[in-house]
Amino acid sequence: MPATRPLPELVCPAGSLPALKAAVDNGADTVYLGLKNDTNARNFAGLNFDDRTAREGIHYAHQHGRKVLLAINTYAQGGDISRWHRAIDEGAALGVDAIILADIGLMKYARDRYPDLRLHMSVQSSATNYEAIKLAQDMFDIRRAVLPRVLTLDQVKQVIDHTNVEIEVFGFGSLCVMVEGRCLLSSYATGESPNSHGVCSPAKFVRWEHGQQALGARLNGILIDEYQQGEPAGYPTLCKGRFEVEGDTYYALEEPTSLNVMSMLPQIIDIGVAAIKVEGRQRSPAYVAQVTRTLREALDAAGRDKQRFAVKPAWTQALSKLAEGQQQTLGAYNRPWK
Amino acid sequence: MKKLQLTLGPVLFYWSRDDILRFYSEAADWPLETIYLGEAVCSRRQQLRGQDWISLGRELAQSGRQVVLSSQALIESESDLRRLRKLVENGELQLEANDLGAARLAQQQGQPFVAGHHLNIYNADTLALIRSLGARRWIPPVEMDRDTLSAVLGQAAFNGVQIETELFAWGRLPLALSARCFTARHYNLSKDDCQFRCMEHPDGLRLNTREQQAFLTINGIQTMSDGCQSLLPHLADISAMGITALRISPQWQHTAQVVQGYQQAVAAIESRTTGEVDLSPYSDSLLVDGYWRGSAGISAIGETRHAHS
Repeated sequence: MPATRPLPELVCPAGSLPALKAAVDNGADTVYLGLKNDTNARNFAGLNFDDRTAREGIHYAHQHGRKVLLAINTYAQGGDISRWHRAIDEGAALGVDAIILADIGLMKYARDRYPDLRLHMSVQSSATNYEAIKLAQDMFDIRRAVLPRVLTLDQVKQVIDHTNVEIEVFGFGSLCVMVEGRCLLSSYATGESPNSHGVCSPAKFVRWEHGQQALGARLNGILIDEYQQGEPAGYPTLCKGRFEVEGDTYYALEEPTSLNVMSMLPQIIDIGVAAIKVEGRQRSPAYVAQVTRTLREALDAAGRDKQRFAVKPAWTQALSKLAEGQQQTLGAYNRPWK
Repeated sequence: MKKLQLTLGPVLFYWSRDDILRFYSEAADWPLETIYLGEAVCSRRQQLRGQDWISLGRELAQSGRQVVLSSQALIESESDLRRLRKLVENGELQLEANDLGAARLAQQQGQPFVAGHHLNIYNADTLALIRSLGARRWIPPVEMDRDTLSAVLGQAAFNGVQIETELFAWGRLPLALSARCFTARHYNLSKDDCQFRCMEHPDGLRLNTREQQAFLTINGIQTMSDGCQSLLPHLADISAMGITALRISPQWQHTAQVVQGYQQAVAAIESRTTGEVDLSPYSDSLLVDGYWRGSAGISAIGETRHAHS
């Protein structure tokens, strides 16, 4: 019998102070948040934290014995990158438990200035193999790496077996089908991408076109999808639209689905994953509460029941109501998918 | 000012072994400073294996070209890493590192390398860091606009960082990588049983919107633009910025004419003459340069797209 593994940390999104409290109240071990600017990859209007709300949120989490991570996960742009440096300074001053960084230049800044500050390698760093992680470990002593949502479970295990850096994986939320940090589709269509502006298919470029028969969803003028009457319409994230290839019109890149790893929690624990991340800083406090509560229960049950663990119908039901496109998959972790 | 050099990027599509060998036997005579070789996209594409690429590289190097081996951009499995190590340890040809892991391996070998556009270098600090690992040249992210690049280069020069810069000057833009194979998906095949259908599409598969606007190109696990980026209209400015080299990305037909066209345009700048070069006949897509102009990448040459409605 292998020694019992500690349960992975449950890392939940906080796009606002109420969402942060919802995550803490419902059993998140750790919450992650971003500042109100383009230093983070969910740079949406009305979202994220200023100094006051960050202070209050960190206080609330720490009072409850939980951790707070600050995401500074866009790539610092151009000649003046003081905005990103200030964000790191601010995180250090606020007393966050770690900073999540994508840009190795920023990792160096953070390491040089704040030798004791814990650093995590963001999913936006596109570190899909242990050599990439070792580079950041050797140079900047990163303690954790978040893996892009493209690896199979065996590949995740392979990474874990070859590094002592903690490994965090995505467990629930919208599924990016592209490697994070390696997708410029959004800037090709609009000029703004996750890497450069912290946004994907930004709302200000979206235009809904009400036609006689159909509803068109456009992004900067480009038709991403079209819905007949009665068809549920989705936000025009550009990899999730229907396109025409050789006469077939279909979801050519990705169907709107959610990632949900609940059924493989025992294996995830078994291979030594250190943390499971829930996507969705853009989501409501109610969403965060529901997902956090459900995953907390499932994770605790998986730790308790080990291989006898079974997903409870109530959990599936609770999560499927929240899932994008009503469909849930295991993503790349196992891949019968095509 | 040094003369702008021309380079040939790695073939990003899946061509047969014979086609690849024929392509490079012709390319050996083109006016190129550097030829990049290797499979940068998909681990399943093995018409040429690592050793074949290395041998081909050594032959081409004898023609006086600089030859660089391009690493696979998405390194996921142990076998990906094994192939990568083999390239790095070839003992002769340099590497284009398209992944941080590749940069680390090159550094450990004490090998100067080229930092590919996938390394996401967006500022002078990161550029200095990559330089310190042994990069002698870098390719900025393809989405980087002219003014941002100019600011990065200005800051790097101010910091005393010396490194060559190469721009993605011609071809369908490599925009995204996935674990999923979109070509296999198109044919209703699983990725692990893809039947190598990419080979039927030597310039990729065109993806149109539902109103028949050509939008993207499916190339296995890679998604590219449909528009063909051309920086040709900007060469005088690019030359004045102190850029070292321009990359031509191989396409199924007319690559020779494209190289020749760029050669003429560069010569015209040198001699301060105005020789109009028109490369549009050599692309079956719209020519775009939006990224360079700080606009959406899809924005066509000469088009001023006012973003939102």
